[in-house]
Amino acid sequence: MTRSLLVEARNVRKHFGAHHVLKGIDLEVRRGEVMCLLGPSGSGKSTFLRCINHLEKVDGGRIYVDGELMGYEEGTSPKGRAREMKPKQIAAQRRSIGMVFQRFNLFPHLTALENITEAPIGVARHDRAHARARGMELLRRVGLTDHAGAYPAHLSGGQQQRVAIARALAMEPKLMLFDEPTSALDPELVGDVLSVMRDLARSGMTMIVVTHEIGFAREVADQVVFMDDGVVVESGTPSHVIDDPQHERTRAFLDSVL
Amino acid sequence: MSATDVTVQSTARTHDVAAAPRNHPGRWIAAAALVVLCVGWVVSLWSNPNIDHATIADFLFDGRILQGVLLTVGLTACSMLLATALAVALAVMRLSANPVLRVMSWAYTWFFRGTPLLVQIVFWGYLGLLYQSISLGIPFTSVHFFSANTNTIVTPFVAGLLALGMNEAAYASEIVRAGLLSVDNGQVEAAHSLGMSPAYTLRRIIVPQAMRVIIPPMGNETISMLKNTALLQLIAVPELYTRASWISAQNLSQVELLIVASAWYLLLTSVLSVPQYYLERRYGRGAGRSLPVTPWQQARQTVVRLRSRVTQVAHTDPRNPGTEADS
Ligand SMILES: Nc1ncnc2c1ncn2[C@@H]1O[C@H](COP(=O)(O)OP(=O)(O)O)[C@@H](O)[C@H]1O
Ligand SMILES: [Mg+2]
Repeated sequence: MTRSLLVEARNVRKHFGAHHVLKGIDLEVRRGEVMCLLGPSGSGKSTFLRCINHLEKVDGGRIYVDGELMGYEEGTSPKGRAREMKPKQIAAQRRSIGMVFQRFNLFPHLTALENITEAPIGVARHDRAHARARGMELLRRVGLTDHAGAYPAHLSGGQQQRVAIARALAMEPKLMLFDEPTSALDPELVGDVLSVMRDLARSGMTMIVVTHEIGFAREVADQVVFMDDGVVVESGTPSHVIDDPQHERTRAFLDSVL
Repeated sequence: MSATDVTVQSTARTHDVAAAPRNHPGRWIAAAALVVLCVGWVVSLWSNPNIDHATIADFLFDGRILQGVLLTVGLTACSMLLATALAVALAVMRLSANPVLRVMSWAYTWFFRGTPLLVQIVFWGYLGLLYQSISLGIPFTSVHFFSANTNTIVTPFVAGLLALGMNEAAYASEIVRAGLLSVDNGQVEAAHSLGMSPAYTLRRIIVPQAMRVIIPPMGNETISMLKNTALLQLIAVPELYTRASWISAQNLSQVELLIVASAWYLLLTSVLSVPQYYLERRYGRGAGRSLPVTPWQQARQTVVRLRSRVTQVAHTDPRNPGTEADS
């Protein structure tokens, strides 16, 4: 089965000062596919994820989402190079990409439901009643119907992260990015979040997940990518990369997390 | 068993010993001395033959004084609004990536914080000496859209408003900046990832959170502002203190009118804590702690509690067996 490409990264490079964090990343994610990104801390996984929705500007290479070049207008500068888009255009592009953060980043001054409906009402200009109804539906999906009126400070980490997932889904994204969504959680709360993500994957959502949950990657991922020191070391199906790694660095990493 | 009993008893005994309050004779003597001093001072003020209480009573609600109070309140509100709007702009400029904006914001704060407020007030009051007329047009051309005499536009009220508001903006911008910086950067990233524009993120995500940090010091600034309006006496803005001084220049009851003005300033500054309390409540939502009750809620709770106590008493009242049968 050949599904069309949703995400295409070509030779993505990024440095902070003299520090090369991404040294030419090439990746492809097809529609409906789940890609798990593994790698030691500091290998550039978060930076790559943040380049996809242009929270971080790439220094070289290109990222396409659904055929659109992210953050840049093709060939608009005098030298024929891509020029950065206006903030409004970038904001519009980001609406089709949901992101879930390690530290949840819920808006503390808004209730769970308001967190979910803020962008649909204020940004996508959806009807208020409709947005709230859909927000409640999303809360039901993540198992938090009873907490619609709760402020984030009164929710557990696991509950906050599930609200954060619902918040990202409320903009009806084509693609969901997860940056270590369970790393900040107490062990007993990890399961609930992973099960929400598993359901999401089953529903056909295209997902890129940075995680240290090898079990989750093995079960849910269509493609596993191992990154180290700003390069993709190896990629393939979970059975290849996790169970039969070809590279010493991959093996050493898997030994350390398993 | 008996051994544990013994230890429990002995610790209980030590607790008893520790809980006995110590006597602090020094504290009592100091407190008594202070109370005597204060009472003595108030009595001496009150019985001072140089203070005419009837004059104070006459002028406390005098029409001119009340007009002054009104203008003082209006000036405080308008200057704080102007200052806040300018302060937000200055703080955002200061935090922007554009170096020109950063320097301009810094220079503004440097100038208005570095010169005395009194001097700034006089400067605005005498603006007419510096520029005879004010006109709006395209610089370096003869195109003018509008032109007028400075003294008709910059009335004493406008001069006072500009002086107080622009000076305060310099201080308030630092408060706003600290508030904006107190918001975690993850909030900006989350907002951006949802497709919110920078302006929307500032307005709906950052500012509401920054308010929790901004409001308490801004309450302080508002109280300062209220009192600083008295400085406008210098450029004859007819606010509370100016009116009081005009009256005392006629009837020579300087002290009495100072007391009248002070009483109003005290009342106004006390009243100011009410809106601050409600604003803090409004922006404290979701801050983890439960919200403090409003005085109104407190009153209602007290009424409910008293009523339930009254009905309880009624139920157990032997002379009133009828209520018992009802329940
Ligand atoms: N804003 C930044 N400024 C400077 N260095 C950064 C910044 N963000 C990340 N880095 C550096 O880039 C490297 C990769 O970071 P990151 O992408 O967060 O790795 P990972 O998510 O794989 O742990 C790290 O060495 C980190 O210190
Ligand atoms: Mg990371």
